[in-house]
Amino acid sequence: MTRTINLTLKIWRQKGPEFKGKFETYNVRNISTDMSFLEMIDIINEQLTLDGKDPIVFDHDCREGICGTCGAMVNGRAHGPEKGTTLCQLHMRHFSEGDTIVIEPWRSRAFPVIKDLVVDRSALDQIIQAGGYISVNTGGAPDANTLPVPQEIAEKAMDAAACIGCGACVAACPNAAAMLFTGAKVSQLALLPQGKPEAAKRALCMVRKMDELHFGNCTNEKECEVECPKEISIVNIARLNREFMKAGFFSTVP
Amino acid sequence: MQLEARIPGGQLSEKWDRHRFELKLVNPANKRKYDIIVVGTGLAGGSASAALAELGYTVKTFCIQDSPRRAHSIAAQGGINAAKNYTNEGDSIWRLFYDTIKGGDFRAREANVYRLAQISNNIIDHCVAQGIPFARDYGGLLANRSFGGSQVSRTFYARGQTGQQLLLGAYGAMMRQVAAGQITMYPRREMLDLVVINGKARGIVVRNLVTGEIETHAAHAIVLCTGGYGNLFFLSTNAMSSNVSAAFRAYKKGAGFANPCFSQIHPTCIPVHGTYQSKLTLMSESLRNDGRVWVPKTPGDKRPPHQIPESERDYYLERKYPSFGNLVPRDVASRNAKSLCDSGKGVGDTGLAVYLDLSDSIRRDGKDIIEKKYGNLIQMYEKITADDPYETPMMIYPAVHYTMGGLWVDYNLMSTIDGFFVLGEANFSDHGANRLGASALMQGLADGYFIIPYTIGGYLAGTPFEEVNTSHQAFKEATQAVKTRIENLLSINGKRTVDDFHRELGLIMWDYCGMSRNDQGLIKARGMIQELRAEFWENVVVPGSSEDFNQSLERAGRVADFIEFGELMIIDALARKESCGGHFNEAYQTEDNEALRDDENFSHVAVWEFAEADKEPVLHKEELIFQNVELTHRSYK
Repeated sequence: MTRTINLTLKIWRQKGPEFKGKFETYNVRNISTDMSFLEMIDIINEQLTLDGKDPIVFDHDCREGICGTCGAMVNGRAHGPEKGTTLCQLHMRHFSEGDTIVIEPWRSRAFPVIKDLVVDRSALDQIIQAGGYISVNTGGAPDANTLPVPQEIAEKAMDAAACIGCGACVAACPNAAAMLFTGAKVSQLALLPQGKPEAAKRALCMVRKMDELHFGNCTNEKECEVECPKEISIVNIARLNREFMKAGFFSTVP
Repeated sequence: MQLEARIPGGQLSEKWDRHRFELKLVNPANKRKYDIIVVGTGLAGGSASAALAELGYTVKTFCIQDSPRRAHSIAAQGGINAAKNYTNEGDSIWRLFYDTIKGGDFRAREANVYRLAQISNNIIDHCVAQGIPFARDYGGLLANRSFGGSQVSRTFYARGQTGQQLLLGAYGAMMRQVAAGQITMYPRREMLDLVVINGKARGIVVRNLVTGEIETHAAHAIVLCTGGYGNLFFLSTNAMSSNVSAAFRAYKKGAGFANPCFSQIHPTCIPVHGTYQSKLTLMSESLRNDGRVWVPKTPGDKRPPHQIPESERDYYLERKYPSFGNLVPRDVASRNAKSLCDSGKGVGDTGLAVYLDLSDSIRRDGKDIIEKKYGNLIQMYEKITADDPYETPMMIYPAVHYTMGGLWVDYNLMSTIDGFFVLGEANFSDHGANRLGASALMQGLADGYFIIPYTIGGYLAGTPFEEVNTSHQAFKEATQAVKTRIENLLSINGKRTVDDFHRELGLIMWDYCGMSRNDQGLIKARGMIQELRAEFWENVVVPGSSEDFNQSLERAGRVADFIEFGELMIIDALARKESCGGHFNEAYQTEDNEALRDDENFSHVAVWEFAEADKEPVLHKEELIFQNVELTHRSYK
C-alpha cells in the first residue's frame, strides 16, 4: 500500500576535504513509501536547486544494488537498517511518519571525505592492485572445460565474489578494517584451482597493502558481516587468515 | 564522409584469420612508444585496457565512476553466449552467427557477426582462466541456460550476476597492469571533447569531476568505450551516469553515427510506479526460462492473479509462438506486452504490466532449485515492490534497456575518424536492429580482449605520426570550447532543473519514438524537442560553480547533448521507412502485427554525418551484403 510520510533529515554537509563539516536539518513532506532512499534525496536536491542552494553531493550510479557506488551511514548503520540492502535499494516503506534520520558519509581514516556524502575509496583499488587477480594474459587460455571445479567450490567462490566493493564493511568496523573486502577476494581466488599458484603471494601482498593504507585490524567484531549489503560471510576472513598464515610459514615470497 | 567497411575477402569463416595475417604488426619493443587512450571501463573498455597493456602499449584509461570496477556492464544479469556446444544440442559457430544475425533482423554485417561467434569461445576460456566463478554442473564442468531467440542452451552464467563477475575479471586484469605501470588510471573524469589533428584523433579533453579542472591528454589512438544512450529516455535500465556525450562530441568532430533509431526495449522490467521514479530495474530475461508470461483473457479483469483460473488466463507468447514460447526475442516479447496492455488486458494498478509467473516451475522443480537459479533477482524484485515472487506472480513491463545504434565503425572497429576506435555498446556493429539476450557481454569482451589488440596494431604500424602534444593549438581550442559551454550552462540561471528537462525529453521520446512509432508522431516529437532545446538554453538552472564537485553541472551537459541527440534519433527513425527489430513503424507491419522489413530499399546501415549547427545531418548508406544467409521473414512461430 502506498502511503506518504513526513520526515526530519539531518544530513552531513562538508564543502571539501579541507573544510569543517556539519549537520544540516531538512524537513521533507509527503514522501511516498514506495520511493527509494536516493529518490528521496533527489527530491530534496530538486528543491535546494530551485531555492538557489547547493544540492547534496552523493555517490550513486546503477541504483539496483550492484555497482557499489552508493553508500552512507543512516542512523549509524551502513546502508541503513535493512539487512542485505544497498542504500539505493532501501525503500522508504521501512521508515515511519515523523522519523528523524541522520545521514553521514562513510567514516574511516582510509576513506577521506571529498564532499558532503562522498568519500575517496581508491584505497580499495590499491588493495586489489597488490594481487587481487590471477596473472593470466589474454590469449593463451586452455579450453574452459579442461579444468573442472567441483560445484560446491564454485558456489563458495561465487559467494565471496559477490562483493561489490562499496566499503560498508570498513565503515561499519570499529577498527576500520578492510578484512572482509580483502578476505572476499583472497577467498574467491584461493578456492579456485586457477588461483592456487599465486595464493601465497596474493595473501601476503594484499594484507601488507591493507596495513600500509591505514586500515585497522580485525578483532572479530563481526559488524562487517552484519552490514554487508551482499551478506558476505566472515568465513572469508578466516580463509584469509589461513592463507596468510600458510604463506608466512611455507612461502618463499619475500 | 567515406564509409569503407574494410571487410576482408575470402570465405566467411576465413576472413578473420586472413585479416589478422594481413594486418601489420608493431614490434614488441616498439609498443611502449605508442600512447593509447581508453575512455570508459565497462566490459569493452576494461578488457581493451588490460589487453593493450598486456601487449606493452602505454595506456591511459579514463572513467566517470570513482573506480573502474563500477561501470554499468556490472548490472548485466543473465549471462554470456558462446558456441561451445557443451550441451550437445547441435550448437556451432555457424548457428550462433545465424541466430545473432537473424535476431538482429538482418541489419548487421555478416563478417562482423561471424567473427563475434568465432571469438565467443575464446572469451569463455579466458574468463575461466581469470577465475570467474561461472555456474557448474555436479561434475564440475560449466553449466548453460537458455536465452531468447535461440533453441539451444549456450548461455554461461554466474548466478544473476554474470556482468558483475566478468567486469570484475577485466577490472582485476586492469589492476594488474596498473600495478605494473602499464596503465595510468584516471577515475572521476568525463570526456567532453575529442581532439582531431590533420584528420587523426590525437587526444581528448576531460573534466576532473572532483576539482572541476579541464585537462587535456594526447595519444596516438583513442579507444571509446562509453556505452549506449538509453538514458535519453530518462527512465531506463541504464545507470544514472550513462550518457551519450562522449560519442556525441565525437559525432560533432566527424565520426558518423549509425542507426541511432535502433533502441531496445527490454520486455521484463519492473513497471513504473510513480512520477518521482529515477530509473527502472530489469529482471533478467533468464527468468523466462522458468517463468510463464500471461494476462487475463478478459480486458479489465481486476481479480488478484491467484483467483484467475487457468482457463481464463492467456499465456500469449506460448499461444502465438509455440516453437519459441516464452523465449521469443526481446523486441517481439515487448511489442506483444504493449499491445495487450493497450487492449485493456494489462494488470496492476496502472494496467501497464503483465504477469511473469514462476509458480509452475516452483511446483515442478521445488523452491530450492528456483532460488538457486534466480535468488538474487527475486530478492531484488521483493525489495523494490514488497511482493514475494515465490507467492504471487511478478509484474513486468517493457523498458528501455540497450541501444544497438552507435558510432559507425569498420571491420577494424575504427570510426570515420582515423585513429578513433569505438568498442562495445558505443559502436553499432554486431546486433543489427535488435540484440539477443546474453550477446552484449559477448560483444564487449570480444571487442576489447580479442579484436582491438590486433586491429589497433595494424593502424599504428601503418600510419606515420607527427609529434603532437597538448600544447598544440587544437587542444587549446577544444579546451576553450568546453569551458565556454560550461560557463554558458552556469550563467542561464533559469527556473527549471536539469532533471525536469530530462524527464520531459524522456516522455516525448517514449511516447513518439519508443516501442512503436509513426511518421506523424515522429514529426510532432521533432518539433517538441526543438522547442525543448530552445527552452533549455534559456530556462535551465544549474547551481554551483565550474571549479567544484558539481553533479548538477555534469548532468546539465549530458542532458543538453541528449536533447540534441534525441532529434537525430527521430530523424533516423523517419528516414527508415520499414519496421525491423527495435524500430517498429506502425505503417509497416504484417497482418499479425509483426515487423515488416523492406530489404530492397533499407538493407543498409544509415550513417549520419554532422553538418553545422542547425543544419540537417547528412545521410550516408553502407549497403549490407548477405552472401551466406537468406533474408527471411523472421518467424518465431
